[in-house]
Amino acid sequence: MKDNAVLEMRNIHKSFPGVRALQGVDFTLRKGEVHALMGENGAGKSTLIKVLTGVYGKDEGNIFMDGIEGPVAIHSPQDAQKVGISTVYQEITLCPNLSVAENMFIGRTSGVGQNWKKMNKDTEKILRSLDIPATATQQLGTCSIAIQQMIAIARAVDMDCKVLILDEPTSSLDEQEVEKLFKLMRDLRSKGVGIVFVTHFLDQVYEICDRITVMRDGQLVGEYVIKDLPRVKLVSKMLGKEMDDMSDIKSEAKTYERKAGEVPVLEAENRVSDAGIKPFNFHIDKGEVNGFTGLLGSGRSECVRALFGADRITGGTIKMKGKSVKITKPLDAMKNGIAYLPEDRKGDGIVGDLSVRDNIILAQQVLKGFMKPFSKAEANKIADEYIKLLSIKTASADTPIKSLSGGNQQKCILARWLFTHPEYLILDEPTRGIDVGTKVDIQKLVLKLASEGMSVTFISSELDEMLRTCSRLVVMRDRKMVGELSGDDLNQSKVMSTIAGGDE
Amino acid sequence: MSNNKSNTSGGFMDKLNNLTDTNLLLTITIVVFFLMYIAAMIFQGGAFLKGQSFLNILNSNSTLIILACGLSLVMITGGIDISVGGVTALISMCCAVYLDLKGGNIFVSILVALAIGLAFGAVQGFLVAYLDIQPFIITLAGMFFARGMTTIVHSEPFNVAHEAFNELKNTRIIVPGLGSVNRRGDYIDAYVEIGVIVAIIVVILMFCMFRWTKLGRSFYAVGGNQQSALMLGINVKRTRFLSHLICGLLAGIGGYVYFLHVGSGSPSHATAMEMDAIASSIIGGTMLTGGVGNIIGTFFGVLSLGTIQAIVASAGLGEAWWTGITRAAMLCLFLVIQSLIMARKKKA
Repeated sequence: MKDNAVLEMRNIHKSFPGVRALQGVDFTLRKGEVHALMGENGAGKSTLIKVLTGVYGKDEGNIFMDGIEGPVAIHSPQDAQKVGISTVYQEITLCPNLSVAENMFIGRTSGVGQNWKKMNKDTEKILRSLDIPATATQQLGTCSIAIQQMIAIARAVDMDCKVLILDEPTSSLDEQEVEKLFKLMRDLRSKGVGIVFVTHFLDQVYEICDRITVMRDGQLVGEYVIKDLPRVKLVSKMLGKEMDDMSDIKSEAKTYERKAGEVPVLEAENRVSDAGIKPFNFHIDKGEVNGFTGLLGSGRSECVRALFGADRITGGTIKMKGKSVKITKPLDAMKNGIAYLPEDRKGDGIVGDLSVRDNIILAQQVLKGFMKPFSKAEANKIADEYIKLLSIKTASADTPIKSLSGGNQQKCILARWLFTHPEYLILDEPTRGIDVGTKVDIQKLVLKLASEGMSVTFISSELDEMLRTCSRLVVMRDRKMVGELSGDDLNQSKVMSTIAGGDE
Repeated sequence: MSNNKSNTSGGFMDKLNNLTDTNLLLTITIVVFFLMYIAAMIFQGGAFLKGQSFLNILNSNSTLIILACGLSLVMITGGIDISVGGVTALISMCCAVYLDLKGGNIFVSILVALAIGLAFGAVQGFLVAYLDIQPFIITLAGMFFARGMTTIVHSEPFNVAHEAFNELKNTRIIVPGLGSVNRRGDYIDAYVEIGVIVAIIVVILMFCMFRWTKLGRSFYAVGGNQQSALMLGINVKRTRFLSHLICGLLAGIGGYVYFLHVGSGSPSHATAMEMDAIASSIIGGTMLTGGVGNIIGTFFGVLSLGTIQAIVASAGLGEAWWTGITRAAMLCLFLVIQSLIMARKKKA
């Protein structure tokens, strides 16, 4: 073990069928530090944490803890707690119907009886020492999420943990609540607890952390002391793009210039939903392709969902071609000529057991009304037309969509929305998890649709794709719109420095 | 003036907010029961003023109290058990056959009842907890099985002619101070049956278990959020198993109390009693979603149902459907009050 280390993971390997989730990852946590674990989707950070907490077994590698001879065996969350590793998850794992004190002590006291007096007294003491504004006898469900989060931490601390893992604890907290949580984290740090902090918020990382470990594609990128790693470098390491590598990708989209007297197809002002984004303004012109970019969790999807009315709308106005319209639910948006291809294809997109044909006509059927079904011949004609247009590889239009490959499923959903003949098409991660050929097909299709006069918003985690297709990029950071880039500014280094923000 | 009023209601809401969900619903139940009983005393007079009328509600509902305790337990843990009515019928039939046709011993018949109840609880609990099968389906199967077995054991209703048993059945326990004086001026003692004593002991034991043992609190934790309970270090499977096992044991006790009350065996005994038990639990403030409920509430829930029956009967509306409709109305009323107050509390 290195000096001062409280936890060491060495050469951890973990595979799932078809995926090598962790490939020889090392991780070291020292006493009294807050250590950020960063990485984009699929980087393997949640797998690493689950291995550490005993949710998954590891295929290879060793875990060492301070004060314990030899590698420790962790097979369940209970084992992890025994060696002093406690985890507080993003979703609260306490019982809302019990009192605060019960949540602190249930499942970890000995004996048969329940000694309420002692339990309440001990709890009050812990709450006071950690400065948590709650009372022992209060029902947990009446506390705010932040307080519940802190009580979960208090429970972990009281169990004498040496390693505290906080898995995105701040994602549902507001600013003041985050401040309270940070204060608690600083207290614990000064008491010598090692804290692993997983978050998507860059500002928070630079506010509280001492060290950063970056992962990408199941591999360790590196461990850095926070002051040696400026934001831009962090972003470039997470995305896997070298800043010095300036081989710029030329945008194939023409920069759009609005003609005199023309109004934007869609114009949103102070739009905000309950999904936790800050109010934003947005507009898109006829025949324009724009994109939303930012790190995972920066609020890209939440913005377009707010445009489509997919989350509960809490404020702001939308104008379509200069006329004010009311969009509070997806059907309103569809009626106004907006189509939205959701990020979660399996959950929000396909209806697995229906045929390719039925999946394609679904959205238009909803608009037309269920009392006027398409005739079989009509539906077949439409389905065949789109199968040909998008070159969907399927045995026939009758094949259940779930037996198609991911890329072809995506094309069917795209066909569904194209068939509604939208004026404004929103594509949220249309290229995720599909093969390279189909990715290119979809990008070409987007450009073709735009040249025919459709307005398209294109979101992708792959910066190259965005740069290639979009003529304007909206940059998001920590759920705020922080910039808009077009023309000459559309290059990797500029985008990354805008995403990173802060100390630039 | 109006200011004053809003102030006091604000204080009232504050007090509401400080109650746990369980205690809030319990309070509602008890208040409604007393309002109902007092209303019956005022409007129906006569019979309801006598202590014996109240005790008769207990006498005829002792089984239901015991079964409802079991139901509350599984419902608090987040499950359901609809086999208890069938098990009750099976137990009465088995005990009746054993005592009457085979001339058996009372002590052994009690053991038979407990064994049947425990067997149902153990099998159902195992399937629910360890094989993770929906409790509704399992106990539905249990109900069919118990009803079927009852008919197999003996298909005709019959009364038990067993001397020692009938003596036990007719034992009356005098309750001092609640008697009344009849027209001729004689003092008539008020009494309860043995079953009532058993039921009250069960209520007290269950209350203590829920309040002062770690096992009792685990039932609430598991019902509140199974995943969380697991992360908090509770053995969720064992807890769920035990909830069904204890419910089965209570069905055994309740079954014998029922048998002691009616003194006969019949395949149609205790029909739909599991539904009454569920209704009582819900009126008593137990939530079907789990994690919230109280045994004292359940006790008052049974009393509320019994009082409705007594009111309907004393109003001369003898037909069974009157009771049914009144109970339905009452159940709806309770659920609406509960959801309104809970919603109000959430907002505040």
